[in-house]
Amino acid sequence: MELALGLKYIAVALLIGFGAIGTGLGFGNMGGKFLEACARQPELAPSLQVKMFILAGLIDAVAMIGVGIAMFLLFAA
Amino acid sequence: MAAEELTLQGHIQHHLTNAKMCSTDAGIEFNKACSEAGFWTWHIDTLAWSIGLGILFLMIFRSAAKKADTGVPGKLQCFIEMIVELVSDNVRDTFHGKSKLIAPLALTIFVWVFLMNLMDLVPVDFLPAFAGWVGATFFGMDSHDVYMKIVPTTDLNMTVGLAAGVFLLMIGYAIRIKGVLGFIKELTLHPFHASNPVVQAILIPFNLLLETIALVAKPFSLALRLFGNLYAGEMIFILIGAIGLFQLPLHFVWAVFHILVIVLQAFVFMMLTIVYLSMASSESH
Repeated sequence: MELALGLKYIAVALLIGFGAIGTGLGFGNMGGKFLEACARQPELAPSLQVKMFILAGLIDAVAMIGVGIAMFLLFAA
Repeated sequence: MAAEELTLQGHIQHHLTNAKMCSTDAGIEFNKACSEAGFWTWHIDTLAWSIGLGILFLMIFRSAAKKADTGVPGKLQCFIEMIVELVSDNVRDTFHGKSKLIAPLALTIFVWVFLMNLMDLVPVDFLPAFAGWVGATFFGMDSHDVYMKIVPTTDLNMTVGLAAGVFLLMIGYAIRIKGVLGFIKELTLHPFHASNPVVQAILIPFNLLLETIALVAKPFSLALRLFGNLYAGEMIFILIGAIGLFQLPLHFVWAVFHILVIVLQAFVFMMLTIVYLSMASSESH
């Protein structure tokens, strides 16, 4: 019983932690390239920004799914 | 759960439970009596809020469209025109087929999902507490037995419903443009080709597996992305509300961040819908 509870907390921590690592790396890379591109061609900045937000939504996706599952496990199961 | 009301866990559980309606042997039942009712349990709060917000969207846009005139536009007309122009530009850039359905579909998805997400900015306790008061004064119920979640997109049923609609449209467009045979060919002959028909026949199961996974991952990820973002956001609102007086600056910070998340998730859902339908209705590979 307590083993299950302890394992549940570890599971939640793994879910959120690994999601954070992947998202951090992804956003860092993408943000860096975006800034570089804006520095080279400032006139493209608005259109690139729109595309960047779309990509941000996609990169966030699996990490957010993990966070959603983790919250559900923690409080509702 | 015994003593559900006054513990933190109980409070959080209360705010995370949908209002259910089901039909059991004893007739139409609600909430706790529904635990044995199985699959056909309706989340009436999700249904009511999503349909209500849809009707609100239709009313506002219809009134703007009827009063639209080519002279000096009023503020509502300007605002609606901005939204329609945003959606129309995105559809024109992204959708490479011919269809009259895509732009209205994209507009509906964007505004409807945005309105449903917007309900998350209403303080978590407001409307459920009001519903509890209504239940206590008019129906004589214990206000702790009244469950209501005001954000339909935190219910997995809602997001999977939206994604299932998009999935059916994807398959429909693929079959309409390429024919049933073309659709099946696309599923079985990509990505591995061979000019030798025997080798091609052997490769069909692998192709089918890969293509099916890719096909099913699209609506699956659409639904879960929206649900995960909104559920986590609502959960953090509830948790911040439970820490006492310090919650006000934290609430503000999280709410400002959440404004971005709301718009972004609606926009990403719309863009992905357009992209998937564009892929489904074009001769790919």
